[in-house]
Amino acid sequence: MIEPAERMAIRLTVNGREVAREVTARRSLADFLRDDLMLTGTHVGCEHGVCGACTVLVDGRSARSCLLFAVQLDGAAVTTIEGLTPPTGLSPLQQAFCDRHAMQCGFCTPGMIVVSTELLEKNPAPTAGEIREALAGQLCMCTGYVNIVKAVEQAAATARGARGEAS
Amino acid sequence: MRPHTLADVVKLLSGGDPDVKILAGGQSLVPMLNLRLLRPAVLVDLNGVPGLDGIAPDAGGGLSIGALVRHADLMAAPLVIERAPLLAEAARHVGHAAIRHRGTLGGSLAHADPAAELPAALVALDARFVLEGGKGRRHVSAADFFQGLLTTALAPDEILVEAHVPPQGPGWGFAEIVRRSGDFAVAGVIAHVRRRPGSVVRCDVARLVGFGVGDRPVRFRAAEDLLMSDDDGLSIARVAGAVTCDPPDDVHASADYRRHLARILTGDVLGHALGRTDGARRS
Repeated sequence: MIEPAERMAIRLTVNGREVAREVTARRSLADFLRDDLMLTGTHVGCEHGVCGACTVLVDGRSARSCLLFAVQLDGAAVTTIEGLTPPTGLSPLQQAFCDRHAMQCGFCTPGMIVVSTELLEKNPAPTAGEIREALAGQLCMCTGYVNIVKAVEQAAATARGARGEAS
Repeated sequence: MRPHTLADVVKLLSGGDPDVKILAGGQSLVPMLNLRLLRPAVLVDLNGVPGLDGIAPDAGGGLSIGALVRHADLMAAPLVIERAPLLAEAARHVGHAAIRHRGTLGGSLAHADPAAELPAALVALDARFVLEGGKGRRHVSAADFFQGLLTTALAPDEILVEAHVPPQGPGWGFAEIVRRSGDFAVAGVIAHVRRRPGSVVRCDVARLVGFGVGDRPVRFRAAEDLLMSDDDGLSIARVAGAVTCDPPDDVHASADYRRHLARILTGDVLGHALGRTDGARRS
C-alpha cells in the first residue's frame, strides 16, 4: 500500500513575494491563493477549466488555477490580478476596461485582464481577431465581449502611444 | 507523490493498488477530480521526472517527442513545424492557450478522448509510442494504442513515455468543425497522403483519419482504398463520398450530421493535401 503525503511544504513566489506554506496535497492553486493567501481577486467559476475566471500566470504563462494543485507550484512564480495592479490607481488595461465599460458584473474581469496582459506582452498591436482568439477561453456570462475587445484595443493603443509608436 | 525517476513511477504503478492515477498536465484529469467523477487515492505527479519533455530529431528524419511536452511547445517548436507540420497544426487546435500551456502530449494520448486532435494526428502520422512498465519497455503503434472510448493499450502498471513520429511528407491537411474556438471537435479530419507521380488525385500512401466520429481516431479505409486504387474517374468528391463511419449521436450533433461533416471535411483536407504536394494541379 502506498502512503501518499497528506501535507507538503511549498515555497513559491506570488506577485514578487516569497511565500512558504504547508498545504494539503489536494488544495487547488485557486483555493490556496484565495483562502490561504487571501488573494481573492482570482475568481473561481466552473472549477473544471472551462470558464477561465481563475486564470493566473505561472512562470509567465497563463494557466487555470483551478486545474493546478498548490503543491505543484513549489519553486514557481505566480502572478495574480493583484500582482498586475499598481500600488495606487489602475494599470492601463484596468483603466481601459473602465473607460470602455468592459465589465458588467466583474466576475470574469480578473481572468480577462490576466490573459490580455499575456497577449499584449507577446503582441503589442493585436487585431480584433487576435484579441478574440486570445480571449476565447474566457467566458463572460454577461456577454459583454464587444466592449472587452475594445478595451484591449485601447490599452494596446495607449501603450504604443506611451512608447511613441504610431497607433 | 512526486517521484524523480521513471523507475520510481513504474514502481508506484506496480504496487498493486488500482486506485493510482498519473498526473501530467492535469487538463483532463483535474476536471474529472473536481467533478468527483474520479476519486483516486493516490496521484503520481510526473512533472518531477526529468527527461520527459524533450523534442529530438530521429536519424531517419522523424521526431522523438517526450510525454511531458506541452501543447504550446509542440505547436511552436521549429523542429515540429519543419518535420511534422501536421502535428504542430493539430496542437494549435487543442483547447485555449491556458490549457495548451499545461496540457501534455502524453496526457492527451493516454486520456484518449475520441474527439481530441492529437490522437488522430499521431494515427495519421503512423507514430509509435514507447510504453514503460513493470515488465520493461515496449513499442505500440498509434493505431493499436487507441482501443475505444478513453481506452488504450496501456496496462495498469505502464506509462507512455515517448512518441516516435516518422518523417512526414508534404501532402497533409487538417480541418475540424467546433461550436466555439477551443472546443472539442464536433468532427474533424486529417489527411496524410503521398500522391502517385504523374497523377492528379491518385495516391500511393493514404491516411484519412477522422476524430469526433467514433469511439477512437477512425481511419476511413474505404475512402483510402479508393484513393489508392486504379479506379477510372477518381476525384476528390468520390473519395469524400466513400467515407463511412459510425459517429456518436448526442446533444451537440446528430450522427448523420457528423457523417456529413466527415465527408465534407475529407474533401477539404484531401484538397489541401494534394495542393501542398509539389507539382500537383489543383482541382
